[in-house]
Order: sequence, then structure tokens, then C-alpha cells
Amino acid sequence: MALSLMEGNEAIARGAVAAGCRFFAGYPITPATTILNHMLAMLPPLGGVCIQGEDEIASIGFCLGASMAGMKVMTATSGPGISLYSEQISFAIGGEIPIVIVDIQRLGPSTGSATRGADGDVQFLQWGNSGGMPVIVLAPADVEDCFRLTVQAFNLAEQYRCPVFIASNKEIAMTRASVDPERLKAEIVIDRAAPGPGQEFLPFQTHAGEMVPAFLPIGGGRLVRQTSSTHGPDGYITTDPAEITRQLVRMQAKITTAADRLAMVEHCPAESADTLLVTYGVTSRSALAAVCELKASGTPVSLLVLKTLWPVPEAAIRQAAINARRVLVVEMNQGQYVREVERVLPGKAVQFCGQMDGRLITPETIREAILHG
Amino acid sequence: MDSLLNAARPPVFCPGCSHERITHTLDKAFQAMDLDGQRIAMVSDIGCSGLFDTFFNTHALHGLHGRALTYAAGLKLARPELTVVVTMGDGGQGIGGAHLLAACRRNLDMTLLVLNNFNFGMTGGQYSATTPPDAEVGSGFLNRLERPLDVCSVAKAAGAPYVVRCSAYRSDIADVIRRAVEFKGFSVVDIWGICPGRFSKRNRLTTKGIEEMLSRLPPFDGEVAENQRREFGAHYRELAAAQKPVPPPAAVIAQFDPVSIERQEVILLGSAGQRVITAGEILCLAGLYAGLNTTQKNDYDITVLRGPSISEMTLSLQAIDYTGISRPSIVVALGPEGVARRRKMFAGLDETCTVIQAAGVDIPACRAQIHRVDFKDQGFKGTDWALASLGALAKLGRVVRPEMLEAAITSRLRGDILAGALDIVRRVEPSERI
Repeated sequence: MALSLMEGNEAIARGAVAAGCRFFAGYPITPATTILNHMLAMLPPLGGVCIQGEDEIASIGFCLGASMAGMKVMTATSGPGISLYSEQISFAIGGEIPIVIVDIQRLGPSTGSATRGADGDVQFLQWGNSGGMPVIVLAPADVEDCFRLTVQAFNLAEQYRCPVFIASNKEIAMTRASVDPERLKAEIVIDRAAPGPGQEFLPFQTHAGEMVPAFLPIGGGRLVRQTSSTHGPDGYITTDPAEITRQLVRMQAKITTAADRLAMVEHCPAESADTLLVTYGVTSRSALAAVCELKASGTPVSLLVLKTLWPVPEAAIRQAAINARRVLVVEMNQGQYVREVERVLPGKAVQFCGQMDGRLITPETIREAILHG
Repeated sequence: MDSLLNAARPPVFCPGCSHERITHTLDKAFQAMDLDGQRIAMVSDIGCSGLFDTFFNTHALHGLHGRALTYAAGLKLARPELTVVVTMGDGGQGIGGAHLLAACRRNLDMTLLVLNNFNFGMTGGQYSATTPPDAEVGSGFLNRLERPLDVCSVAKAAGAPYVVRCSAYRSDIADVIRRAVEFKGFSVVDIWGICPGRFSKRNRLTTKGIEEMLSRLPPFDGEVAENQRREFGAHYRELAAAQKPVPPPAAVIAQFDPVSIERQEVILLGSAGQRVITAGEILCLAGLYAGLNTTQKNDYDITVLRGPSISEMTLSLQAIDYTGISRPSIVVALGPEGVARRRKMFAGLDETCTVIQAAGVDIPACRAQIHRVDFKDQGFKGTDWALASLGALAKLGRVVRPEMLEAAITSRLRGDILAGALDIVRRVEPSERI
């Protein structure tokens, strides 16, 4: 088998291109900059566009414009930049504009430490929009995931007409790893749906049984309106509470009712284990090492690795926890996703093992938490 | 050409608002250009100027305050054939100032109409970036403290190739707008008008008064000679087309037997500028040539040519989960800053660990096997010590074989640099254990 050496950020860029992304805009920020570098090398020769914006707000704004013109678009940043994206994220949600947003998380709060990793944005990504609408957040654990989940993120953004986040981490993004290049292939590529032939079109109109409006681009043969204002199916501002409710309930339901379909997890149950580890991102690799070592020493532990963080894969978490006496949530922050696990598993003993100091959580730390926590 | 005004949605501006006049003149300009609605995108943001997109049967994108130019740029880059017209108010010039500057510098073929009426009309007449200091506005005394922005002088200084400043009541305003839209590049039209709902309630402002104010400022009436240059989009596409495609990721097929199939951890402790990261990458590639999985995790500060530079490599026949270094098989001490950052690690090293210690770099006492190498004495520059240390490891038979290393170097480097690198790893002499 041949192997390539690649960092996670290159895999994200290659995944984006494989998924059909032809527009990227970003602003330099460690540890996301190498995505901009890779996209700048890859897109122009393909006839695509890669732009460095004057700031993060402009970068995502360019993307929203290009997406409305029909292109598949992506931007990438880290904590300080995702904060600046916030208002435009709300627009992407409310305007149902497909976009993939990569957050290479670094140690926060604020500018924090540019060259240190963390998973400190996982609640921010969900709740950093005004209006509190649901979003889709995927968390890669390694280089192969970076490619695979980026392809998936584009497919979901196109299908659901929404922003989809990649919640990566400096420790995956800028760590090189051997990977089988044959596994870095986009098997399924989905494009946003146009209205059927002869079908009536309004920019935010759904027909019976549909949750997502058909898409036509700005600049095409039929007039398209996009607006950040509260709107009806025609894309004009509305104050009609019934119409507002219909649109917002649909926008919420298109994500929440798809939660089970969107749920990507890896479950490694261990027979007669009384502890279930729940984790995600790069920490899942330390967890796997800890679980393997404990298994070898006669202590079976079950492991649930979440690749979809939002919407919360509730059914998968409940199912995995059925026989667990206790659930240990391990994450590179001071306790964020554990809140979701506690919410999903009322009455279950849910413990937390976290660390936010710029270092990876070691397998030893996790083993200690399991044995003596 | 017929009017593009949306008969179902007539303007909703206050009676006497200059925005209504501009709505009709913009329609006349579109008609004069014989443009149909499918070829036009109106882009607007927040405030009364943000209502414009609803009055026209064109494509429309209405977004966040001050950000209209960002969406417009994305649309124009994605669809160069579109005529893109942006409406923003004087408020937008404040909150979106960075985008105004960048748009002027960029020179994409689109038009910005600044509907300048000297205050935030929609929110209660607060002062904006263009409010005169002697005006009475809804922000108390605050406007008396700040100097109004001369949008056109700023646009010119930032590189806008086409700038007009005019009154909304100018008789040929439709022609003014048409010429700006027809200009192949970024055009800014700063149109001064009256806000009857707020501003002129408390300030005496007439069409004649606007003319007088304009006459006291430097005139702008079209092309700015010194800013003429190529349009961004066309230039971008020309340069982009000349870029070479990126090949698929290089794949390495195993050619050699590994030194060990056990998990081996190697840490290079150096200083910025010692090419520690490149050496680490080459070691990982060497691992691939022996069919091993590898990872390289780097640790450095935000400074560029100062500070520690640390690279941690894991090589293993098994899949690698945790990428941190807990029990290094190899420690290479190349610079004091890297050693200082991992000082605590040395106490835990045992006899199975090999340390390559560059002469002149102190390390804490430890039980590892130490090989002191005087790279300087052997004629190596500081930037080559990291690579030379890999050559030393190969000669000691630790982690990497010479043929693995040379294959990795050959795959990673080219030309004179390749020849020099091969010479370094062949020439280096590891010392005896001390």
C-alpha cells in the first residue's frame, strides 16, 4: 500500500475541491492559514476563485455572494475569525445559503494561543447565531476524516441549504500524518436542487413534502431575491406572524428532523464494560489508545466517537449508553459538550474529563479518569 | 427598454426623500443602457438605502449593515457578466469602511451608489460618518467632536478609478449614474440628498444648500486619471489561467525494511530557523519508505525566526492514535530554546533512549545514551544541523536506515538543495557514545 504524508488542512482543501468547491475566501490566521494556501494553489488552475479578504467579515461575505451566484464555497478561520463571522453565519442560516465554514480551533478565549490546540468553540458554533437556529457541525478526528467530512459537509450544505461547520483543531490541522491516498476520494457529490421542470419558483418556496426550497442562482434567467430580513417565500420582507412562523419552523425542522440521518458516530462497544467514553475530534485518538491499553490489562471500556456534534446525535448516544453504569465525556475544553450528554442522558452518571491548556489530553489522563475518576 | 421598477412594490420613502428621486433616475439609467433585469444584481444593506433592491425587477441581494460590497464582490467574481449595482448609505461608509477601502483598491467592475443624507434616518437620526459637526442630530453633542468623512477623497486615495460627487437634484443624475455603471471598473457615486424624516426636521437643508456645500469641496466628476488600471476580475482570470495545476498527493510505496516495527517516538528540540520542521517531515517520509505509519506534530511560538522549534515524530507499523510523545526513543538536542521548553522530559529518559546532543547545547542530566556531535566542527551550518542529525541516526542504526533517509530526501528536495542534503547525511559522523 502506498502512503502519503499530509496535514489535516491539506486534506480539507483536497476534500473541498473533490466535492466541487470552486470558490474560497479567507483571511490569514494560524492555524487555518494553510487551508488558504492550499486553496490558492488548487483553485485558480481549475478556473476557480480564491481570494484573501480584507478581513474575516469580507471573506465570508464574498463566499455568500458567490454561493448565491451558484458556486460551492468555503471559508476557513479560527476562534477570533469565527467570532467575526458570527453575523454572516446568521445570514447564511436565515437566507439558507449553502456554505462550508471551517473552524480550526485554537486555544481561547479571545486571541488565546495561535499555535496551541483546543476544542473550545463547540458550543459557540451552534449558538453563535442570532435567533438560535440549529446548525450542522462535523468534527474530524484525523487526516482522513478531514477529507471525508469536508466532502460530507459540502453535500449537506447543498442538500439542506445551510452553513455546515468543520470543527477541526490545530492538532489535526497542522499535524502531518501518513494516509492512504486511495481513501481520499469523493464517492458521492451532491449539488443543490433546482426546481423541477415547469415547477413554480419563488426563492424560499417549498412544495408539499419538501423542507428545503429549490435553488436558482442570482444571475440566471429567472429573477432571484436573497435577503437577510425576515421574509416570506418570495424573499420580500414580511411582518405576517403566520408566514414568519411557517418559514422559521421549517428552517428549524429541516435540520432537527434530519438529526438521525445526520448522525455520524463510531461506536466501539466492549462486552461487560461499565464505562462508556464519549469524545470527539483529536481527543478520540487518545481515548482509543486508553481503551486499547485498558482492554489489554483486563478493563473493558466502551467508546463512542462523535463525528457529528450538531445536531446532537441523541439516539446514538442513548443507544450507546444503555448498559453503561457511568458515562465519561472527554474533551479539550473546560466542559462544553458534556452539557449535551447530560441533557440526553438524564439520570445517568455523567462525568467530565477535560483540559484546556494547549496540550493534547494524554491516554494516561483518560486511563486515570476511568480507573480512579 | 421598459422600466424595471416593480409596480407591485412602489417606493416607501418619506414624502420628499431624495432616495425616491434616485430610485427613478436609476431606473432611467438602466433603461438607457437597455439592460433587462436578469442581467442586473442590486445589492444593498441596512438603512433606507437597503430598501432599494425591493423596488426593481432585477436580481437582488440584501444583507448586513456595511457588508453590501462583500456580497457584490462574490457575485461579480462568480458571474463576471452581471451588472452589479450596490446601494449603501452614509452609515455604511462608517461600519463598512474597510470594505470601501478594499473595493477601491481591488477595482472590480461594479458601482457603489452612496445615498448620502448625513444621518442614520431609520434609527432616529443619529450622526453618521458624514454628518457635519454643526448639525443637530439624534446623538446629542457627539457629532460636534468628529470630522465628517470625505467619501470621495478617501475613495480616490484608496485607488478608485471612477469617483463622482454630486447632488441628488442634479438635472442629469440619470446620465451620471449610467456613465458610472458603464465604466469598466469600480465606480463610486457619492450622492448628496435630503432626509426629510429626520435630518431636515432639525437642520435647514435645501437643494441650493447642498450645491453650496459641494462647491466648497474638491470636485469629483468621473475618471480619476492616476487610478486607471486593469479591472480586477479580468486580471485575476488571466493570472489564474497561468497557474500550474496541483498534482495529486505524492504516494510513497514501501521499498525498505524498517529498523523496528515497534512504535518509535522521536523528538527534535531546536530553535526557529534550524529547519527542524523540514527535517521532521523528511524523517516521516523516510518512515513511509519502510512501510511505516508516521505522524509529525510541531510546537513553536508565534515568532518566526526566534524562539523554540520542536518537532515530534511517531513511526509505527500500527495505526497511530495519540500523536504526542510520551516515551521518546530518540531525543535530538539542537538548540537551547527547544531543550528549555522540554527540560522536564529529560529526567524520565532511560537507557533505551538515544540522545543526539549538538556540541554547545546543554541538556539536563539523564540516563539516556548520549552521543555528542560537534556539527560545527564537522563544517555544518546551523540551518543544516537538524538534517545532519538524521544522518547521524541513520549511521547509528537508530529509527532510520541510510537508504530510507536518502529516498525521503530525494522525494522531498530538488536540484542543488537535494545534492547538498544528500552530502550532509552522508558526510556527518556520529560520535561514540559518551
